[in-house]
Amino acid sequence: MPEPGTGPPQAPSPLPVRWAKAFGAFWWDFLVGDTPELLVGALAALGVVAALTKAVSANAAAIVAFPVLVVVLLAGSVYRARRPPS
Amino acid sequence: MHPTTSAVTLAVAVFLASAVESVEALTIIVAAGVSRGWRSALEGMAVAIALLAVLVATLGPALVYLVPIDVLRVVVGGLLLVFGLQWLRKAVLRAVGLKAKHDEDAIFTKQLDALGGASQGRTGRDSAGFVVAFKGTFLEGLEVVIIVLGLGGGDHQLALAGAAAMAAVLVVAGVGVAVARQLAGVPENAMKTVVGLMLVSFGTFWAGEGLGVRWPGSDLAILGLVAAYAVVTFALVQALGGAQATPKQEQARA
Repeated sequence: MPEPGTGPPQAPSPLPVRWAKAFGAFWWDFLVGDTPELLVGALAALGVVAALTKAVSANAAAIVAFPVLVVVLLAGSVYRARRPPS
Repeated sequence: MHPTTSAVTLAVAVFLASAVESVEALTIIVAAGVSRGWRSALEGMAVAIALLAVLVATLGPALVYLVPIDVLRVVVGGLLLVFGLQWLRKAVLRAVGLKAKHDEDAIFTKQLDALGGASQGRTGRDSAGFVVAFKGTFLEGLEVVIIVLGLGGGDHQLALAGAAAMAAVLVVAGVGVAVARQLAGVPENAMKTVVGLMLVSFGTFWAGEGLGVRWPGSDLAILGLVAAYAVVTFALVQALGGAQATPKQEQARA
């Protein structure tokens, strides 16, 4: 009787599958990693700027809002790192 | 901003970012060379650099000439923004002691242990040494490629960005040869802070331009963004300076 967790060895995935997984893992780690809030926040900031410039033609508001949102994003992410893990 | 000033800013950003990544790659290459022999380590490094050069040469022109400039700037600007914020966040946390500083000596020792300690004058080929040097160079280099394509492609300055990256690699390699394993003396956190500031500033500027923002002073706005973000970063470090080091918090998240 085989020991628990020692089943027959699994065949390795085909090379293209392994490459695709490694490629996906690289981009996931590169863009998300342990700071998903930065990716989500950056996308939200781009959305706000797009809305300001395209929808309401508020260039001055976009010039101010974009850097302010970036600063809020950085401060929020640093604050999140300061909190003890729950 | 005068085109020369814009080009210099871009070249400095690429040079510093490439230098930081090169130091990290060099640590791994030296560990592989010391433990498994220099021949395989240098061959692994050379193959990785050749592959990265092919990536830049093929993807760069395709990005610049096939993708509409506004789309390119939004995508590249967004990538630089996220990447730069990650660097800046780490730099702030390291500056106030909430995250352990990048210790090249510790990384070197860890790599050396993993590879079985120092070699006794190996001269032949060694697959482990080759693979470790190749992976270290390729993975760190891939980040350089993204920065070169991002900064160079976003401003149609690929040749300049490539040259700045190559100069950084050569300088770090030269310094590495001169100081051997003493890579811990490189002020990496200060360099990462500067690079983070530049990546976030270029990212804000280009993503904004791609979305239709008309920045006051055109390219000169990049310097204004760098200055504004630098002030905020400094203020963040000062505000958090009172918080004593609790690296366990960050380690628990990493």
